[in-house]
Amino acid sequence: MLVFFLFCFLYKSRLSLQYDHEKISERHTGQYYTLPAAHIQKLFPHGLPPRFQLQIKTFNEGCVMVRPPALELISYLKKADYSKPPLRYILYGDVGTGKTMCLSHALHYCYTQGWLIVHISDAHLWVKNCKELLPSSSRPSRFDQPIQASQWLKNFKITNERFLSKVQLGYVWTKRERTEKGQPLGELVDQGVNRMKSSSDVVGAVLRELRLQAGGATEGEGAFKLAVAVDGLNALWGKTSLKKEDRTMCEPEELTLIHNVRKMMKNNWSGGAILTALSQTGSLFKPQSAYLPSELLGEEGFDNMEPFVPVSVSNYNEKEFESCYLYYLDRNWLQHSHSRSEEGKKELIFLSNKNPSILERLCAFL
Amino acid sequence: SCSVVMLLRKNLAAAGPQKFTQEFIDKQVEEFEVGKRHLANMMGEDPETFTQEDIDRSIAYLFPSGLFEKRARPVMKHPEEIFPKQTAIQWDAEGRPFHFLFYTGKQSYYSLLHDVYEKILAIERHQDKMRNKGLFTSDTKQILLTGSRWLLKEEIEENLVENISVQDYMRLIQLMELLLSMPYCSLEEEFILKFRKQLEVQSSKYEIPALQYDPQGVAFSFADGRRKSAKASITLRDSGSGNITINGRNYLYYFPVLQNREQLMFPLLFVGMSGRFDIEGSVEGSGHSAQAGALRLAISRALLSFVSEGEVEKMRQAGLLTADPRIRERKKPGQEGARKKFTWKKR
Repeated sequence: MLVFFLFCFLYKSRLSLQYDHEKISERHTGQYYTLPAAHIQKLFPHGLPPRFQLQIKTFNEGCVMVRPPALELISYLKKADYSKPPLRYILYGDVGTGKTMCLSHALHYCYTQGWLIVHISDAHLWVKNCKELLPSSSRPSRFDQPIQASQWLKNFKITNERFLSKVQLGYVWTKRERTEKGQPLGELVDQGVNRMKSSSDVVGAVLRELRLQAGGATEGEGAFKLAVAVDGLNALWGKTSLKKEDRTMCEPEELTLIHNVRKMMKNNWSGGAILTALSQTGSLFKPQSAYLPSELLGEEGFDNMEPFVPVSVSNYNEKEFESCYLYYLDRNWLQHSHSRSEEGKKELIFLSNKNPSILERLCAFL
Repeated sequence: SCSVVMLLRKNLAAAGPQKFTQEFIDKQVEEFEVGKRHLANMMGEDPETFTQEDIDRSIAYLFPSGLFEKRARPVMKHPEEIFPKQTAIQWDAEGRPFHFLFYTGKQSYYSLLHDVYEKILAIERHQDKMRNKGLFTSDTKQILLTGSRWLLKEEIEENLVENISVQDYMRLIQLMELLLSMPYCSLEEEFILKFRKQLEVQSSKYEIPALQYDPQGVAFSFADGRRKSAKASITLRDSGSGNITINGRNYLYYFPVLQNREQLMFPLLFVGMSGRFDIEGSVEGSGHSAQAGALRLAISRALLSFVSEGEVEKMRQAGLLTADPRIRERKKPGQEGARKKFTWKKR
């Protein structure tokens, strides 16, 4: 009976809860809210976990569960003072507990509030499996990754289209190709996309510009808040699996992209927030049991990121599990008749230990 | 069990002429008794109350053996158990057989059949007597046959010291059933019970681990389990919430494979207490599947102390309490592995 009541309540609330972040509060923990399709296309061309993207395709809608870590993060964002240096938030937790999803939720909030989003969907992709590693044109000891950089610039363009014409460049950086003062950001990004060779440097310049301008104008056309989101933060301070031409291992500092992102991470600018999530699944040379920030970031990373606000993400609790189960039932995802019974539910609880990703994989073949 | 021993005995009737004379066996029995008393004195125990178990224990202590085959180790048992039962010479000095049924070939079997038929006739005569007196009733005391079974063919062969065929055995059992079907069969109860063997109640074989209590009053129990060469030992705590920790890690991360988690889940789900216990386990050895199997056995055993008698029987029938005897087969010389042979070349 309670289950039926909860089910009705959830179903109604699922439909009615649109992306109104003002109204979402702790009462709504465990309920699903729909991400509008247009937002998904713009905001997350590369950001969501691949399995979730499959789920969106299957169910024809993207539904995210409201969970306490995400709510916590959003409440901090609401209360923070943006004239001071940005607060660094690190989402940490065991494998498969939903860090990337919480990060996406918070990012969606930022997007709806009109912030400029700098989203690095997975920093691990930049430290491994790179086909082309060019020596940097601007600095002799660094290496460029043109493909990754241009890919990222394309995504950046899609996400922040409305800002590209508004933000003006404040200065000229000297290089072989110059950009004039007063040019809109869009042109710089286009230049980076078109000319692959200099794309990594363009990324660096873009980030530098945004840093300088974020807290600058509090009113007027150029005002914006900057949200820097990095998933897989531990890649920035870990080891790479890339080799230089003389077969020695590459250090992360020697990669231009990583170097620039590290500079972003420092809180010497103002007018925004830095949201990050750790990730063990893509990390190199880290044991599977490591999930705490000190373990995954290492000494160097921890010192760099200190002070930060840690937000822990854990497995579903009873209510959240109930909600997820009902959601799958509602979408006819659990086809097996046994899974609809009490026994089946107990089995699911045991086998997945209420871990979101394991539960999702389990239900996928039921 | 004795049925295993039966199968290993060689063909009794074809043993040929008696290898050990009766005097020889009597002498052996005497020597055994004397030796038993000596052994008791050596071990400093009372010779009068020295049982076979004590003898086994003392021999194992005095002659420690590293041999794996238990039957190859030194043994001191009563000569009746060591020397196979043999038929004595069945004819006298002139060649005339003692037994009247000698020329049937299976004299003890046929004489047994004769005895049974004698008893049937005796019961019929008794019945007629009762009828004549007018005291004939059908509801007399019946012999209790539940919990016992007929002796197997091999066991009867051992008793008769003769080989009998399957048809002979069935004929004998038919005769016994005929005897049982008569109303006054209780007269021959002890004779019939000689041919029945008591079955032991299976579930009483399992020793249930003792239920201990925490200072807070929470019940918990320990249990062990083994599979292949993996050893597991767990602590099952009551009033928990279904957390399982193995070797310090959560079971979700220790067993990423679904099959292993299902193995852990099976005993708890079967008994219906999945969210009730907290399990803390340590396991070592072998591979992940064997470790999961060992843990499953350990969990089932620990659950015995929280569960009723009927449930114990159900668990036994579900196979939760049986230790899996399969072990890695030994590699043989002349072959690549346990079964795989080298490439066969025709020439």
